[in-house]
Amino acid sequence: MTTAAKEAPVAKEPAAAGRRQVLLLGPQRREPNLAAELDAHGIDGPVAVVTSGWQEREDEVEELQEHLGGRTRPLRLHARALDAFESDGDLAGKHRERQEILRRMQRLYDVRLTHAMAAVAELDARPGEDDTLLESREAALKAVGDLDREHLLDIREVHERFAQPLDLANRKAIARHREEVAEIVRDSAALAIAGGHVAVLLNRLRLFDVVGALRQRQPVIGWSAGAMVLTERVVLYHDSPPQGAGNAELLEGGLGLVRNLVALPHAQRRLRLDDPERVSRLARRMAPRLCLALDDGGAVALESRGITSAAGVRTLDVDGTVREMSR
Amino acid sequence: MTEVHDRPRRRLAIQELAEGRITREAVDAFLSAHSFPIVEGRNVTFVWRGHASGVNLRHWIYGLPSSQPFTQMAHSDLWHVTVQLPESSRIEYKFEVVRGPAREWIRDPRNDAMARDPFGANSVCHTAGHEVPEWTREDPDARPGHLEEMGFRSEALGSTRPVTLYYPARYRTSRRYPLLIAHDGPDYLRYSGVKTVLDNLIHRLEIPGMIVAFIESEQRLVEYADHEPHDRFLAEELLPGLERELPLEGRPSGRGLMGASFGAVGAFSTALRYPGTFGRLLLQSGSFAFSDVGVHERGPVFDPVVDFVNRYRDDPVRVAQRVYVSCGTYESLIYENRSFVPLLQAAGMDVRYEEARDGHNWENWRDRLRTGLSWLFPGPLWMMYE
Repeated sequence: MTTAAKEAPVAKEPAAAGRRQVLLLGPQRREPNLAAELDAHGIDGPVAVVTSGWQEREDEVEELQEHLGGRTRPLRLHARALDAFESDGDLAGKHRERQEILRRMQRLYDVRLTHAMAAVAELDARPGEDDTLLESREAALKAVGDLDREHLLDIREVHERFAQPLDLANRKAIARHREEVAEIVRDSAALAIAGGHVAVLLNRLRLFDVVGALRQRQPVIGWSAGAMVLTERVVLYHDSPPQGAGNAELLEGGLGLVRNLVALPHAQRRLRLDDPERVSRLARRMAPRLCLALDDGGAVALESRGITSAAGVRTLDVDGTVREMSR
Repeated sequence: MTEVHDRPRRRLAIQELAEGRITREAVDAFLSAHSFPIVEGRNVTFVWRGHASGVNLRHWIYGLPSSQPFTQMAHSDLWHVTVQLPESSRIEYKFEVVRGPAREWIRDPRNDAMARDPFGANSVCHTAGHEVPEWTREDPDARPGHLEEMGFRSEALGSTRPVTLYYPARYRTSRRYPLLIAHDGPDYLRYSGVKTVLDNLIHRLEIPGMIVAFIESEQRLVEYADHEPHDRFLAEELLPGLERELPLEGRPSGRGLMGASFGAVGAFSTALRYPGTFGRLLLQSGSFAFSDVGVHERGPVFDPVVDFVNRYRDDPVRVAQRVYVSCGTYESLIYENRSFVPLLQAAGMDVRYEEARDGHNWENWRDRLRTGLSWLFPGPLWMMYE
């Protein structure tokens, strides 16, 4: 056990918000398990599919169609956004302005985070187990947590500030698409969200209020970035980037359909899971949310009462261990 | 294959052999017990067995005598030499076998590791701490890009020039790509394995999908040495031509020039003649020779380069936004490159400088590409989770 883990809060049980079932899956390129998981959970019928994280390749859904036996209903949110921005210059301008502010905030947060995380790493590396050092370590990590929370609040504030000028609910360029999207979602057995560019994906899901179109008990499935956006916090991570220290950073709040969980797709490739210090640091920073590694073939099902099934997924624990989760 | 021991033993393996009774059998046993060269801490022992009047180690480590004589072990046909190298070093070498007036350069017959270059191939040795980066090897998961060869008519150069275009995997005309123009294209492709590197770095999202134009020249020592027609070819012909035909970003931050050795000079002279056009420069072991006083001693081929660099040193100006510079510490150009960096910084450019214990060769340049390219053209690593 890493010493700094002694005071760490225990992870809360992850659960789905509301009364719907949510499935989080690992990447689908090498070991697609979407169809099998739909079958296993009795989800039959057409599936509304979001592939806007693929950006300009959004329409290249042939493999997905084939995998699901032709029952996909693509929502084409990326193309709809392009259409809306083209037909409504004011919308495009305000959207661009907001995104530029968000990007700048992310860069500035990153500067502060780099220094805050350097303090955490330095204190973790110091030999000794005395109370003064342990308290300093915890204080350094708490400072990072405070910075994370502050960043999320600032981001939310920007979204709120732009809500009125953007007035998405009453914009003609958006309204038509929202209606079409809602109709497809309503007529589908489930909503499936593919991975890709997580910021673009989240942006397009919000732009067309896809969550608002869901029926009360309609199941939702997400893989890779699609799983990340379903949680309360979208965490960006890579332990060995070619530049920089590889500190995980918060992008913004997610859609919140899953609570108390941080989705970490491609964890095997992106994280140094054999480094207990780094594993512990990430788990403690995200606590009481549970860090869940979603690699190829992994699947976890959640309902309001908690996790109902899990296979091929691992948890990152505050003591630095990585454990298989099975339910 | 090199045998590496991180820490030196009390006595080197070759000393242990020398201190025993030297017989044919003892030498046979020694040779079969080790792979060569033997790296023991900082000591690197090379051996050659055979009849000769002399054997020399020939290498390209600036700072050490370029020819190091082997010693013949008494009562045997075994020749050996031990040199000292710091950890994380990589060197290319050959043996010079002397038989009377004849001198023959050969690769180390006991070492399979070799690196190719336009002049042939050399044996390769590395000390503890050096590893060939795994991203330089083909990754079956990485979707491969493809190469297309074309001829590009240049009025500036008065001829049609071969250009090889690299298109990334999943290339789509519906998106816009950065453009990188690489000097000595065939050499980068052949000896630095740059296509594999691009495929891997793009697959890992460390650089964005990009288009790379590999150019070549049969007179590189002339055309890359501050040659106005060459620079005009790149900036006024090739760049606008490609931007007309291909879905390119078409802004300075999405345009790069790269080159090694004289190729780096060609990249920099183009950027200097067309400041602000190319926002990204990747300059590897640039031949940025200069003279503070008197005449340089690098030969007439360097005359235009020295004039060029001296002029730039007198009046350094900002030519690009970001410049990545690398050089091997075993190169004769290390002093010139170290001197070049503060000039670029003082002129207001964002500079990343990297050194490696390596020489003036294509594998050194290959092994620096991840840092250089990902800094000049950061990929969507943090945002993409497919």
